[in-house]
Amino acid sequence: MWEYTDKVKEHFLNPRNVGEIENPDGVAEVGSLACGDALKLTFKLDENKRIRDAKFKTFGCASAIASSSALTEMIKGMTVDEALKVSNQDIAQYLGGLPDEKMHCSVMGKQALEKAVENYRGAPSLEAGAKIICECFGVTDKEIERAIRENNLSTVEDVTNYTKAGGGCGGCQDAIQQIIDQVKAEPKIDTKPRLTNIQKIRLIEETIEREIRPSLKHDGGDIEIIDIIGNRVMVATRGACSTCKASDITLKHFVEHRLKELVSPDIVVEEVTK
Amino acid sequence: MSTIYLDNNATTQVAEDVLEAMLPYFRDLYGNPSSMHSFGGQVGQKIRTAREQVAALLGAMPEEIIFTSCGTESDNAAIRSALAIHPDKKHIVTSRVEHPAIHALCAQLATQGYRITELPVDKNGLLDLENLEKNLTTDTAVVSLMWGNNETGVIFPVEEVARLAHEKGILFHTDAVQSAGKIPINMKNNVIDMLSISGHKLHAPKGIGILYVRRGTRFSPFLIGGHQEKGRRGGTENTPSIIGLGKACELADKNMQKENNEVKRLRDKLEKELLERIPQSRVNGDTANRLPNTTNISFEFVEGEAILLLMNELGICASSGSACTSGSLQPSHVLRAMGVPFTMAHGSIRFSLSIYNTEEEVDYVIDKMPAIIERLRGMSPFWNQAGQSCTNQ
Repeated sequence: MWEYTDKVKEHFLNPRNVGEIENPDGVAEVGSLACGDALKLTFKLDENKRIRDAKFKTFGCASAIASSSALTEMIKGMTVDEALKVSNQDIAQYLGGLPDEKMHCSVMGKQALEKAVENYRGAPSLEAGAKIICECFGVTDKEIERAIRENNLSTVEDVTNYTKAGGGCGGCQDAIQQIIDQVKAEPKIDTKPRLTNIQKIRLIEETIEREIRPSLKHDGGDIEIIDIIGNRVMVATRGACSTCKASDITLKHFVEHRLKELVSPDIVVEEVTK
Repeated sequence: MSTIYLDNNATTQVAEDVLEAMLPYFRDLYGNPSSMHSFGGQVGQKIRTAREQVAALLGAMPEEIIFTSCGTESDNAAIRSALAIHPDKKHIVTSRVEHPAIHALCAQLATQGYRITELPVDKNGLLDLENLEKNLTTDTAVVSLMWGNNETGVIFPVEEVARLAHEKGILFHTDAVQSAGKIPINMKNNVIDMLSISGHKLHAPKGIGILYVRRGTRFSPFLIGGHQEKGRRGGTENTPSIIGLGKACELADKNMQKENNEVKRLRDKLEKELLERIPQSRVNGDTANRLPNTTNISFEFVEGEAILLLMNELGICASSGSACTSGSLQPSHVLRAMGVPFTMAHGSIRFSLSIYNTEEEVDYVIDKMPAIIERLRGMSPFWNQAGQSCTNQ
């Protein structure tokens, strides 16, 4: 039996936003009956170009249904640009984690979202130059490359868990290994430009506002920036966080982790009492 | 919430009488049956009785019974023995729907110079005997086919196949783990050389099995050690479980009528009612040649793991051939071998009953299943299309 988190079970038993929106602004269907899971995502924007409503229909296991439900909850209120930044890891994290073998459910959510946005923008649905590597599940080289990069995958088994590629006849496993080798061989390009102090402070503020506070607020907590000195970010916790025994862990593992990832690897978060 | 257990092909409840029979051998009567003193010797006497009880269920002789640790060990021991006594023969015939105990073993043997023929089955899960005969060669060491399929309950004509194999001087083994205790087996009426049974599928505990080896059939032991089991399986006897299995076989013999009348009636009722109440559902596997306790039903356009988890919320236990339940990405190898369409295979549920199930339990499941399937179909992107295509027909 799978060890699903309570959040996965809850979203499976009480899925949010099941259905289809009539006259949607964006629509996408990914997966197929043969694959064992499939997702149809529809969304509608409001007058400010934010996602007013998102609905799903999913054929699949508990984690596929829970991932779809989580995705629709997460992207509501976002602009499409913001929504595109939601990664499969974010979906899994929202659910408190997924078993390794079920990570492909979160990837399916991410793919549906991208395709729905492409549909909204009228862009072509198949990435230029992409070619199918896994015939059984119709997975392209671009999708495999992206899953490897975004999730730091290193084995064929990982790639199968995240994309399903190689999980059918297994005939493409050598090709997958080649893609892994190729991605691993790429020089790591530092995509983050060097920031001025002002830019860094703004980016820290933005990141906390956009990426961190919504999650904390979801659990009844909040966070406030007190000061930023160099790479040291002084914060104070509020609401449920200020009395929560696990708030140290939240600061280090979530807040600091996110800031290191999105602003600079040198960031250190410190809590001050005020 | 009470549990409704319809997963008896996975494992069964230990019968109360079996547990009672075993308990003294955990507490006071812990002697080693091989010992010289009567404290151990009295246990040896009980093992002889257990061996007779097992033999009686199978219409076998007590010396033809070797106690093992499980069905998988029995299967491994049988195949490896057949290969060991025919070192010049490098070919094994089996089927595409075998249990992993045979399937995975053969896959490993294939990497060690053996040629494996996996016979196909038709859409009902049945073998083509003419095709089987064509595949029996002078190089074939053993034919191994399961008696009753664990997923669909489909019964292979193993007694007939054993005769065909013998005509060509080939050993025949059958995995009878699912059929023992469910359908009558009489080794006096067939020429099967080796047969595997697992205790926990017939209300004995887990961790005990037997391998039947016909008298006169040469046998090369799998576990080498002490002189236990006449040197055919080393290792101190698992005395409580052996005694429990003996009792379980005695009970299975007594309950054979009930299994084939009452259990079968409940299974048939469950199957008929579910098919009637739930559109676009179907039975997988031949319904004429089938174990009395098993039905494998596919519900189109929904996925098995999701069905099982909703059933679980109501305390109903069953299993599925869906990919998602196993962690593999493809549905059950048995359903694929039968060519069950993907739309059906992913939504397959196996219900397997036992003599302990009641009419009330079956009625409860019949009552609850339609809403479960409807709820998931309501979420499925394929369901509306299918509904429409239905009305067009």
